[in-house]
Parts: sequence; structure tokens; C-alpha cells
Amino acid sequence: MSDMRTPLSRARGLGSAKKGTAHFWSQRVTALANIPLTLFMVAMLVIHAGKDHAAIVSFLGNPFIGLIMLLLIVSAVMHMRLGLQVVIEDYIHGEAAKLLLLVGNTFFAITIGAACTLAVLKLVIGS
Amino acid sequence: MSENTPMQRPLSPHIQIYRWTLTMMLSILHRATGIALYAGTALLAWWLLAAASGPEAYAGVQAVSAAWYGKLVLFGYSWALFHHMFGGLRHFIWDTGRGFELRTVEILARISTFVPPVLTVFVWVMAYYYMGAWS
Repeated sequence: MSDMRTPLSRARGLGSAKKGTAHFWSQRVTALANIPLTLFMVAMLVIHAGKDHAAIVSFLGNPFIGLIMLLLIVSAVMHMRLGLQVVIEDYIHGEAAKLLLLVGNTFFAITIGAACTLAVLKLVIGS
Repeated sequence: MSENTPMQRPLSPHIQIYRWTLTMMLSILHRATGIALYAGTALLAWWLLAAASGPEAYAGVQAVSAAWYGKLVLFGYSWALFHHMFGGLRHFIWDTGRGFELRTVEILARISTFVPPVLTVFVWVMAYYYMGAWS
């Protein structure tokens, strides 16, 4: 126990995670954004149910639709990364396993985000 | 620094000791649907990448989404989305410091249990309508 700080100094300020309420706040902001964005995606999928490739490509190729898809991807990926981070921190107690899963969580979120972004950009710009 | 040594406090009983309640189930389901939605974003990525790749790759997605198991996964996914969304809306109300009275909690719990399945069925009825199931 080499920590010479008083209990008050440890509690004051940003807390043990050093990020204050940033995690909580980002979770709520992305949650709010996800509501209209996912409702848009559901409506889009319903209207295009069973449609062929050409119809989907011409729809997703519209820059306005592409923009909404990009916003959805960014918001959803941020939200899900924050959410699973809490799940991992709650249930995984081994330090090595926890660290590995937290990094894996970030890698998965970024990979999904990059894959979706790449696809949307190609549909808007390339086709 | 005696305050740094862990105190031998009794542990609280784990969940199996409590009487099962709707709010407990919803708390667990909020996490479970969140994790399911997380994993399911791989499907969104697959769908978008296939659309960007070409008609052949897209036909692969359509074959799976037309099969019964594909439909089952998508049906579950759409329910998870609505369920998680209503759970989130409930949390937004609590975030403002409101809705903690037992009666309100029970009402909100019932709404967020029964409205999402109704919305899910509605969305699928609409999807079949757009697929021309009744024309």
C-alpha cells in the first residue's frame, strides 16, 4: 500500500477510470442518435424487403441515404463498444482476460465500422 | 493506512435467491439484447459489403435472408432492436430523476415488455406487404 494519497484525494475529481462522466454521456448521446437512425434503417429494410441488387444499389447510392447510413454506423458502433465495455468490466475479473477482451471489443467495433463505411462510400461514390 | 486494507464485509446474495420480477427480467434482457445487437452488426456489415461487391455476393445474402433460419434470426434481431430501444427510453426517463415510484416502474416495465413485440410483428407484416405477399 504505497499510495500515500488521502481517501478524499482519490475520490475527488475524475474517479478511478480517469474519464469522469464521459463514458456515461457518450452512451446517452449515441443512444439518442440511434433512435431515429435505426428507425430509418428498419423502415428502409422493410420497404426494400425482397428487392433485387440493382434496386438496393441505386437506393444506397443516393448521397442523402449514404449520409444517414454513415451517421448510423458511427453512432451505433460507438454505442455498442461502450456497452460491451461495461459488460466486460462487470463480468471478467481476470486482469489479462479483461484487457484482452477490452482490446478485442475495440478492434471488433472499429472493424465493423470501417467495413460498413467502406461499403457505403463505394456505393455512393463508386457505382 | 488502515483504510486501504479490504474489509471483511458480508457479500450480498446472488440473483437466484430473489423472487423473480418483471423489472429484473427486463434488466437482464436489456444487456442480453444489447449483446445480441452487437454481434448482429456483423450481419449489417455483410449486407452492405455484399451490396457494394456486386449481384453475385448480394444473391448470397438474399438466399440466407429468404431461408427460414435467416428469417428467424432477422425476426429475433428486429425484436431485440425494439426491446433495447424501449429499455433505453426507460433509462432516459430515469436519467431525469423521474419514474422511480414503484407504480410508475411497473407501468414502464409492462410497456417495454409488450410494445416491442407488437412493433416487431407490425414491421414484419409491413415487410411482407412490400414483398407483395397480398397482391
